[in-house]
Formats: sequence, structure tokens, C-alpha cells
Amino acid sequence: MEKVQTSATEQKLTRREMHTISVFVANKPGVLVRIALVFARRGFNVDSLVVSPALDGHYSRMTITALGDRETLIQIIKQVGKLVDVIRVTEHIEQAVVEKEFALIKVAADAAKRAEVMLLVDHFKAQTVDFTEDSLIIQVTGNTEKLDSFISLLEKYGIIEIVRTGKVLMARGKEKT
Amino acid sequence: MSGTEKTRTGAEALVQCLENHGVEYIFGLSGGAAIPIFDALVDSKIKLILVRHEQGATHMADGYARATGRPGVVLVTSGPGATNTVTGIMTAKMDSVPMIVLTGQTPTFVLGKDAFQEADILGITLPIVKHSYLVKQSNDIPRIVNEAFHITNTGRPGPVLIDLPKDITSGVCTAALDSPMDLPGYPEEAKLDQAGILKMAELLNQSQRPLLLIGHGAVIARAGKAVVKLAEKLNSPVTNTLLGKGAFPETHCLSVGMLGMHGTAYANKALTRCDLIFSIGSRWDDRINGDTKKFCVGAKRLHVDIDPAEIGKILSPDAYAIGDARKIIEELVKHVKPLDTKDWIKELNGYKKKYPLKYKKQGGLKAQHVIDEMYKVTKGKVIVTTDVGQHQMWAAQFFLIDEPDTWLTSGGAGTMGYGFPAAIGAQFGCPDKTVVAIVGDGGFQMTLSELATAVIHKLHLKVLIIDNKYLGMVRQWQELFFDNRLSGVDLKGNPDFVKLAEAYGAKAFRIKRSADVRKVLTKAMEYNDGPCVIHAEVIKEDNVFPMIPAGKSAYDMIIEKPKKRMEKPTGST
Ligand SMILES: Cc1ncc(C[n+]2csc(CCOP(=O)(O)OP(=O)(O)O)c2C)c(N)n1
Ligand SMILES: [Mg+2]
Repeated sequence: MEKVQTSATEQKLTRREMHTISVFVANKPGVLVRIALVFARRGFNVDSLVVSPALDGHYSRMTITALGDRETLIQIIKQVGKLVDVIRVTEHIEQAVVEKEFALIKVAADAAKRAEVMLLVDHFKAQTVDFTEDSLIIQVTGNTEKLDSFISLLEKYGIIEIVRTGKVLMARGKEKT
Repeated sequence: MSGTEKTRTGAEALVQCLENHGVEYIFGLSGGAAIPIFDALVDSKIKLILVRHEQGATHMADGYARATGRPGVVLVTSGPGATNTVTGIMTAKMDSVPMIVLTGQTPTFVLGKDAFQEADILGITLPIVKHSYLVKQSNDIPRIVNEAFHITNTGRPGPVLIDLPKDITSGVCTAALDSPMDLPGYPEEAKLDQAGILKMAELLNQSQRPLLLIGHGAVIARAGKAVVKLAEKLNSPVTNTLLGKGAFPETHCLSVGMLGMHGTAYANKALTRCDLIFSIGSRWDDRINGDTKKFCVGAKRLHVDIDPAEIGKILSPDAYAIGDARKIIEELVKHVKPLDTKDWIKELNGYKKKYPLKYKKQGGLKAQHVIDEMYKVTKGKVIVTTDVGQHQMWAAQFFLIDEPDTWLTSGGAGTMGYGFPAAIGAQFGCPDKTVVAIVGDGGFQMTLSELATAVIHKLHLKVLIIDNKYLGMVRQWQELFFDNRLSGVDLKGNPDFVKLAEAYGAKAFRIKRSADVRKVLTKAMEYNDGPCVIHAEVIKEDNVFPMIPAGKSAYDMIIEKPKKRMEKPTGST
């Protein structure tokens, strides 16, 4: 398998847009910093980064979403691919992957507003995981757009805090992530 | 030899691994955190070359590596010892030079506590190494050393740093010296890209005015003979980058010499006229391609590089192959046919006649004259190193190179202070050759303390100081682009370099008059009892031409100083 995989390499867009990249790495010290430096040097803002052990503890998986133009991204992907501890870099186009994100949202919903909030919770298949006099914590899972719209609907009730995990994804079917 | 398998220390294991990898020399300077390693070297056949500044050690290792093709090894202590290697590591990275840098480190149990002479050298050097390690267990040493030697000199070579805490080198290492590598992400050599090669052959076969562009990659891959075959079969002219000197003989009738910012006029003219440009191990960098939109307009572009990230980084090619330049060109030769390039070569020969490199022997001593004579006196049969500046460009223009690995210069980094220590390293690596360092008065003063190193080891190298009493290259820019408002370029206070060399115990010569050049250089070359320094006091204000201002293309080349004031360059430095 090729170490570096970019989709539609030929297509050169210069618009700044969001990209998702999976990096499969040997679990060696410093590998995260090395990857981060490649992004930072070329002016890419890492929007979210999820690192977790892979099936075999010798390896880790990183899912990175970053904002920037595609031409630079292709160069970044190639440079990341050159790092000694990187085994595989893959850029994903939306259709070919399942992507999910998880969030905890603390909402300032007192008894008066609670019913309305619970309707939203229900609709988005979210769950409440903490209840106090004047706030509650909601957990929600889904793709990024779903989370974004859920959060924007909750805004008018007063959001106290949000913790989002950032996106994780997996290639569909036989493709490797 | 101290120690059996059981009682070997980490430092002893390290040194034995280095021996097993064929290391002859280590260039270094000691200190507390590195003492266990220096101690282990006492019992080793590896020769330790004590330098006077760690930067010197890195350039020596670099010069050794470029001249021999084998990685150079550096050993320094923690903290300031380690940080003094940064410039040399970056220089090696920019020019793809194999080098192993061993740094002592404070013990693991104080890491991160600002202990005496603790520096996070791994963090500091992350962007300028090919790879690096902080060793956390003595038993990891053999594996890591084995990996480092593999990584540094395969694929696209580059420096590897190993940070060695003192408790790790003093601790016991029971691991086998041939411990296997664990590099799941490091690529094996790729298969020949036959499709890419055929596509390139097809485009070459359609070309009427081809130009081969030879870069450092061709030197590193030892692709020279294959390139000669290709050029001769195609009847294609050849140009080379500053670092590509030597891969294709510059005295070959198909050579148009060096291209770029201070390349020959005919090479740069060829760029503007070719219908196909074929980079073999060059990365289209901004010294030859200041304006990517105006690079060889309309010409097909072919590219061979071992580094996949170079394909399309600066220019996107019409055809390319990723891999070892020698193997690719050897295969490619089979698929190309002789081209009718008579008119094309005639055109280029016309440019050679019209715009030769030249200088006047009257009107004071000229740097070009001294360098040109050095070329003639040595018949080019030496290893040349240079420093960075005007003298470097004149050396590139007048010192033609026919053999690979005999031209060592800092290209990508442009590191002043490189030339002299690199010559020392090259001389250690190639004792049967003579090494000539052509340096400027500015750059030489950055690393001249290594005169002691050269004298102690009686190296028969020559240091030719082109003394214009200026940071000449910067002065030239200020003259041409900043209304001659000179700022921070006057080297008033230069020492008497003859006396200085003599103070170190080196032989020294002086050249002040054009009439003496040949006589003195001949004498200096005959001297054979240790290093000798030749102090050439050249005219202070002279400029390197031809010139393509930074950010411009070959179409904008100037042959001599324009009457009008020039606009400030837009390109990078
Ligand atoms: C370490 C370092 N500092 C600064 C520069 C910028 N620089 C490039 S050429 C040059 C002048 C070099 O002067 P000298 O060594 O006397 O050589 P000359 O140009 O006079 O031949 C300078 C300062 C550099 N390349 N490297
Ligand atoms: Mg000077």
C-alpha cells in the first residue's frame, strides 16, 4: 500500500477549506510533535486532533481536521508521510467514511426551560448525564454538522461550557483508514 | 577491550556499534554529560578529532560525508555543546548530507527540571533533522544506532540526532549489538516506475531543444555515468546547479555549466530557449527559479527525485519518476533516441562565445584571477570546498568540476563558516587527495579556530582566503539595490591572516599583486608539511556577474552593472 494517499491529487483548489486526514503512526515518543510542526510551519491551523491507541498498542491513530488550501495540504500530507514514524497518511473525502464526534454540553436550563430543552435532546437522540437545580449536562454523538446545529439550537438557553472530542472517522468497506 | 556481554556499559555498546558501522573518525568536543562516551572511546580504534567549536565538528562531519559518501559522526556534550551543533545540522539537512550527531544529555531523572546544562536538543532540532532519538534505556542503544545509520544514508540522506542521557550511557547494556531495527514506517526502496520512465522517454524523444538540469541528487545517487550516457545519446546540452557540480563533467562539450542567480549567461539563456527541461535530482529551488511563473516558459518539465514530496512542491512536472536517479536514468537511456540538436547546440555555442565568463587582470588583484589560477595550477584535480559569498560564486564559475564528490559547498543553507571545517573533514576522509578551501575573509573568521585542528593533524589542505575586507556579497546587494548605502558590511579590523596562521603553526603565503598569483599558488601547492594558508588581498569592490536578481527569472539576467538604479529584489533574500 502506498504510504501517502491523497484523494484527487490533481484537483488544485486554493480556497481555504476544512480537510480531514488520518495518520497511522508507530507509537514512538515525539511523533505527535513532529506531525504538528509540519502543519504549523505551513500555516495550517489544526482544528481538531484525536489521538488514540490502535488495535495493536505499538501503533496509534490520529484523526486531524485542519483548515487551509488544498495545494498546501497535499504538500503537508507528503511531508507527514516522510516522517520516519508515520506508517500511513490518508486524506478522506466525505462519502467514503463514517465520521462521528462526541460532545458534552452544559446548559443553563432551570425548571422553566427544561421541558423545551428535553424536546431538543430527544430529537437529536442526545442524553442528559447530569442534572442540577439550574443546569444540566447533555451528551450527544453524531457527525459534525449535527453537533453544530444542536449546539446552535441550545444557545438561546445559555450554554455554560462545551467539550467536544473532535472528529474520528473510519473508511467504509474494505478500504483501510 | 573492557567488558563482556554482561558488563558492557551503554557507552561501550554505543562505541562498538559505531565501530561495526565502519566509523573511522568522530569529530567532537567533550563535556560532563558526554564523559562516559569519551571514556569508552579511549579503548576504541575510532579516532577522535577534538575540535575547537562544536559547529566546526558538524561541518567536518559534513565535509567528510560529502567527500566519501559515508556518514560523518559528531559527538558533543549537553546544553551549549548540543546547541552549537544546530547550524551544522541545518546545513546538512538542507543539502541532504548523511550525519549522525551524538549529544550527551543530563540524566533521565532530572530531564525537564532545568538541571545544569540541560537543553531540550531533541525539541530544538526537530525541524532540521531527518530523524532523532532521546534514548531512555541503555538496552535501546544498539537498535537505535543501527536505525540511525540506516536512516541517515538511505532514501534522501539527512542528519540523525541521538540524545544520550548520562545515566543511559553509564548504565548496563545487555542488548545484542546487532539488535534488529524497528522501523515500520520507513519505506523500502521503491520499484522502478516503468510507466513514468516511458512517459519521460516519450517527451524527450519529441524534444528539439532539450536541457538536462543536474542537481545534488545526481551526485548523491552516483548517477554521473548514466547522465553522461543519456546526454550523449540524446545530444542534449546539460546544465548543473551549484550542488550538482561534478555529476556531469563541466568540461564536457555538452555542458553549459552552472545555471541560476550567478550561473553562466549561456546556461541561463538555455533556460529561456529550451523546449524541455529535465531535472535530475534538483528541486527547482529559488536560486535557479526565482519566479516559478517564468521558469522555462512553454517547456515540458521532467523530474526525477528520490523524495516524493519534491514532485510538484515548486513546479508540477509533465512526467516524473520517483526513485534512485542512477537506476532511473540507466533505464531511461534504453528508451530514448538520438535527437537532431545541431541547431540548438550551435545556438548555445553562440552564447558561449558572446557571453564568456571573464575578468580583467589589470586594475588590482581580482578574486576571479586568483581562483582561476588555482584551478589551472591544480588542474582541477583536488577537492574544493567553499564558504559562502562572492568568492563562492566566483569559485563556482571558474573552478570547473569534473568528478563527483570533489565540490563541497553549503547550498541550501548558505552557511558562512562552512568551508574551512568542511575541508578538514574531507581531508580526513580522503587523505590521498589535496583539499582546497576557498573562503571569504568574513566566513573564515567564523570557524578559523579549527586551524589548531588542521595543524595538530598535519593535514595538507590549503586555505585560500579571498580577502576583500568586506562581507562582499551583502555589499554587492547594497551597492546594486540600496543606492550603495553600505550598512554592516565593512570588515575593518581584519587580522593579518598570514601572522594569524603562523601563530597557529601553519605555513602562510600572501598574494598582493596579479603578477605573483601563479608563482605563489604553485609554491603553496608544493608545500606538503601540514596546512597552508594563502592570503589573497583582492580589490575591495567588485561584483559577481552574471546575476539574476532574487525573485526574477532567467529572462531578467543582467550581464554587467546596469546604468540605472535597480529595483529592490522581491524574491527571498
Ligand atoms: C552564518 C551566516 N551569516 C550571514 C550570512 C549572510 N551572508 C551571505 S554572504 C555574506 C558575506 C560573506 O562575506 P565573506 O565571507 O567575506 O565573503 P565575500 O562575499 O566577501 O566573498 C553574508 C554576511 C550567511 N550566509 N551566513
Ligand atoms: Mg569578504
